[in-house]
Amino acid sequence: MPWTLNREKCMKCGACVAVCPFAALELEHFPVNDVKKCTLCGTCEKVCPMRAIKVTK
Amino acid sequence: MIIVGAGPAGSCAAKKLAQQGLSVAVYDRRAEMGCPKRCGEGLDKKAEQLIGAIPRRCIAQDIRGGRLYVPNGKHVDAMANYGGYVLERHSFDKWLAVEAAKAGAHVRVNTLVRSLIMEGGFAKGVKGEIDGEAFEARAKIVISATGAESPLAMQAGIRTPCALNLVDTCVQYEMAGIDLEQPDWNEFIHIYIGNEIAPRGYVWVFPKGNTTANVGIGIVPGAVGPKVLLDRWIASRPRIAQGSIVEVNAGAVPVGGMLKDMVADGFIVCGEAAHQVNPIHGGGIKEAIISGQLAADVVNGCLKGGDVSKKALSKYNELWWTVRGNPMRSVEKLREVFEKISDKDLNELIDILKPEDIVEFSHGAKLSVLASVLARRPSTLLLARHLL
Repeated sequence: MPWTLNREKCMKCGACVAVCPFAALELEHFPVNDVKKCTLCGTCEKVCPMRAIKVTK
Repeated sequence: MIIVGAGPAGSCAAKKLAQQGLSVAVYDRRAEMGCPKRCGEGLDKKAEQLIGAIPRRCIAQDIRGGRLYVPNGKHVDAMANYGGYVLERHSFDKWLAVEAAKAGAHVRVNTLVRSLIMEGGFAKGVKGEIDGEAFEARAKIVISATGAESPLAMQAGIRTPCALNLVDTCVQYEMAGIDLEQPDWNEFIHIYIGNEIAPRGYVWVFPKGNTTANVGIGIVPGAVGPKVLLDRWIASRPRIAQGSIVEVNAGAVPVGGMLKDMVADGFIVCGEAAHQVNPIHGGGIKEAIISGQLAADVVNGCLKGGDVSKKALSKYNELWWTVRGNPMRSVEKLREVFEKISDKDLNELIDILKPEDIVEFSHGAKLSVLASVLARRPSTLLLARHLL
């Protein structure tokens, strides 16, 4: 699982969606990652205020 | 026409358009407006010139000015002659939406707009779910006012993602049972700057009266996250640390990179989605109100002229950049200078800063003004190198 979300930590604030350069994230209730668009660049991981996202290449 | 997002930008645009007799639908994803907030809830009173008197139920605390603290603990008060409010965003956003509805707009919450209906390159409506049931709605123009994340703008071909170096990552606690640090503490919003406590950004304490306050932090994304730094700062302030955390908020705030081009065929993006946020203090409510109202004026003109093409709508780009963009670009340049100043030099700076300087900076003073401030003392004159 190269892109993972810790649902206990996630505040559903959309910060990750706002910075994703590839529009690979959507905020439904929790952010949802589109593996077809995601390049695992890690931008979402860096911006997440709650450190709820982990990206491993 | 359709507006997506019932925050200040969306509701203010909706009210103005509905008052012109246009048919307006406003959709918001949330079941409850303004919740959860992603915001310190500060607004200067001048905004009332744009939206009318704000009902008392939307106001948690009247504010006389801002109190800016440097790392050594010294502070300077910036008194704007008009003052401000710390709002209850939940009530405030609802009031704005109700105003829009009273003017004739059709507002609907719990409506997730997923995509634009595109025909011949023009936005012609939206698709999504209302209360979980699929729906489609058509319109001549779609305004996207969804806040920092803006999937619709991307679909219309406008690149909205914030560059990582141009957002602050933020965490805020609403706290209750905290003790006033100064007798007049409740009358000010408190801003604590310093690279150690909040790299590039600041810690804020916005009093909400009755021992409560929004206590938050916004920083450049980096190795240490904002929550860790906020917890650390609170732990160092016993009178605040004794309080309870009654709400947690998070979010990303654009602090620059305002979009040059905010329109497409049949489509406008405004508010935080277009990065229309003050790059120094991160305040976005007033900018959202202005941008929503400007968008409404342009849309109204374009509908009357029967032309909703990108070319016709680009009047909005022109108008917004003239009214707000260029002053905000000056604010952004100032922020770029301030972020290079060390904690030691910030401590020096506080002794020469006059209250009116701070007010002027947050409104977009020219760099030459900062240069003349720095020239007040030989030791700070050296800081002028950052202006080069």
